[in-house]
Amino acid sequence: MLGYWAYNVQPLFKNKSVKKVFEVFQVGVLATSSFITSITVLLIIFFLFKEGVNTFRKSLLEDGYVLSVSKSNPVSEISPLDIKDIFDQKITNWKQVGGNDDSIQLFSVDDLPKYYTEAQIGTELEYIGTCLNNYVATHPRALAYFPQKKHLENFAGKLIKVGSVGVYEFIKGKEWLPTAKPVAQLGILPLLLGTLWVSLGAILLALPFGLATAIFMAEIAHPTARKVLRPVIELLAGIPSVVYGFFGLIVIVPFVQSVFRLDVGETALSGSIILAIMALPTIISIAEDAIRNVPKNMREASLAMGATQWQTIQKVVMPYARSGIMTAVVLGIGRAVGETMAVLMVTGNAANMPHTFLQPVRTIPATIAAELGEASNGGLHYSALFALGCILFLLTMALNLYVQLRLKKAYK
Amino acid sequence: MAPHLKLQALVIILLASISVAAQNIKLKGSDTILPIAQEEASVYNKRGKATVSVTGGGSGVGLAALVDNTTDIAAASRKIKMEEKLKIKQAGKKVVEAVIGKDALAVIVNPANRVDRLTREQLEGIYTGIIKNWKQVGGDDMNIVVYGRESSSGTFEFFKEYVNNRKNFAATVLAMQATGAIVQSVAQTKGAVGYIGLAYENARVRQLLISYDGKTYIAPTKANAKNGTYPIVRPLYAYYTADNEGKVKPFVDFIQSGEGQAIVSKVGYIPLN
Repeated sequence: MLGYWAYNVQPLFKNKSVKKVFEVFQVGVLATSSFITSITVLLIIFFLFKEGVNTFRKSLLEDGYVLSVSKSNPVSEISPLDIKDIFDQKITNWKQVGGNDDSIQLFSVDDLPKYYTEAQIGTELEYIGTCLNNYVATHPRALAYFPQKKHLENFAGKLIKVGSVGVYEFIKGKEWLPTAKPVAQLGILPLLLGTLWVSLGAILLALPFGLATAIFMAEIAHPTARKVLRPVIELLAGIPSVVYGFFGLIVIVPFVQSVFRLDVGETALSGSIILAIMALPTIISIAEDAIRNVPKNMREASLAMGATQWQTIQKVVMPYARSGIMTAVVLGIGRAVGETMAVLMVTGNAANMPHTFLQPVRTIPATIAAELGEASNGGLHYSALFALGCILFLLTMALNLYVQLRLKKAYK
Repeated sequence: MAPHLKLQALVIILLASISVAAQNIKLKGSDTILPIAQEEASVYNKRGKATVSVTGGGSGVGLAALVDNTTDIAAASRKIKMEEKLKIKQAGKKVVEAVIGKDALAVIVNPANRVDRLTREQLEGIYTGIIKNWKQVGGDDMNIVVYGRESSSGTFEFFKEYVNNRKNFAATVLAMQATGAIVQSVAQTKGAVGYIGLAYENARVRQLLISYDGKTYIAPTKANAKNGTYPIVRPLYAYYTADNEGKVKPFVDFIQSGEGQAIVSKVGYIPLN
């Protein structure tokens, strides 16, 4: 940019006419705005990753709380998944997490009034530390969970170490329970697969329809028909996604449910159908442009050789426009991957591992939209949602890079 | 003439805003309480004793604001956490709790479902994924489709704590954005079960009788919630600090008064006795 400034803009200063000054001003405005735009984009990405990286630094234990056991208990470390299972009472014996053969007694600070009178705790909670100390010392089977306080000096119990989530566990983990107490479960595999399944389904549905419409509009349709069709398809792009979602919930969900005789209609397939409709305008208009850009003499040559119109489309036009059609497909996928509102409303949002298309799924954008409002600013859940945003960004960036590389190849 | 008038107007506006600011009570917190608070505030403001401004954001947000001293009243649909209490105590203040009304949840199923009653243990089994078929709780041989609210809602926390015994929901529970969406989905899904606020009665779904002791099943009616026999009821709280009592107490007293409680009932919640 500086080079541009030196060679094109600076010499203009030597010419004193007002017009030239105005021109310089114009160039300056253009250069500045493009500079600001790129800086903004970079800042957003930087911010996204800066917040996201914190996920892997923070402890999975609820902020400000500690988990502790009696000093006589041999267990000093429990995996986050085991802690969740203990609090869900799926694991009930210390033996299962490497301790003695004894049942686990759960204790949270809210249980304190069950063991001590109000006088013992103090009306102003001033003796809470003493009570906690006493409890942990006298209950060897207990797993206690309470707020961390300064009065834990000379603590009678032993603190359980809970680490942070690793990148590998983050991506491979199968449980997404970011608000689980005391230990959050941050496994995004079901969300990632949910996003990919819904997008894949959408593109499989949208591609044949989109391509057929594009070919029809570019090659076969009468100009008048095209004049009517084009605005109608462009209208599809103008409908707000929440309207699509509403339509999906009322029409497509019951439809899918009755056609496949399912227990529940909110499935990946419902999401795919809605996304397919939403991706259609993108696919049709880009594919149609690609087909129309096939040089006229290619078509004429083919027809002159005695090929029929269909043969020409199949053997000449389509191969020639292939790269443009690929672009249309990938941009369509990009639209599907990032779409939030409509998917949020029709896929059921259950964060389980998808096995079929006829099952509820939860996608990454839907998760971010639904949970960010609640997550406390700067907390683990908040960072984890940013990390999800990073994953989504990398996904769409990879798609876009792929398109660009293909385009470069095509124009060489 | 004109500039003089303008100046006068400006002075009047300034004076007015200063006098309003002096009596301004800020209430912040639970979105569940928001409709109650707005209605109470609009009636109370007409009396001209004070101006109550109401903002939502969630129980946690309201209590955090109380800790930071940026609100006078924190509205909360859950009890203040030990942690928040300790934070306020560290700031050298004492927190005062007032119950301003109650909220009840009804468990709903599709009208085609034969099951009309469940115990708390059965509900816990359904929401933790142990019970998967209606046949296991006395219904037809049909898979159970479980609907819940997003983990961001206070209703979710309430249900998890009061019904699910603090256990995590199964991953297969469908998380819906709003109560209306749950009603819609349960109405069009035969094997569905969901939970909604008592205020949202709807003919397209059937409400279940609930039992916590396994013997007596109670219908989710306003009367049962009010007399304390219906079990899935939570109190709604207003929290303020003791040093602020003089300013805040008249408004809290107003909500707790007969007139205030009539508003609570009108908005669709359960009044205090």
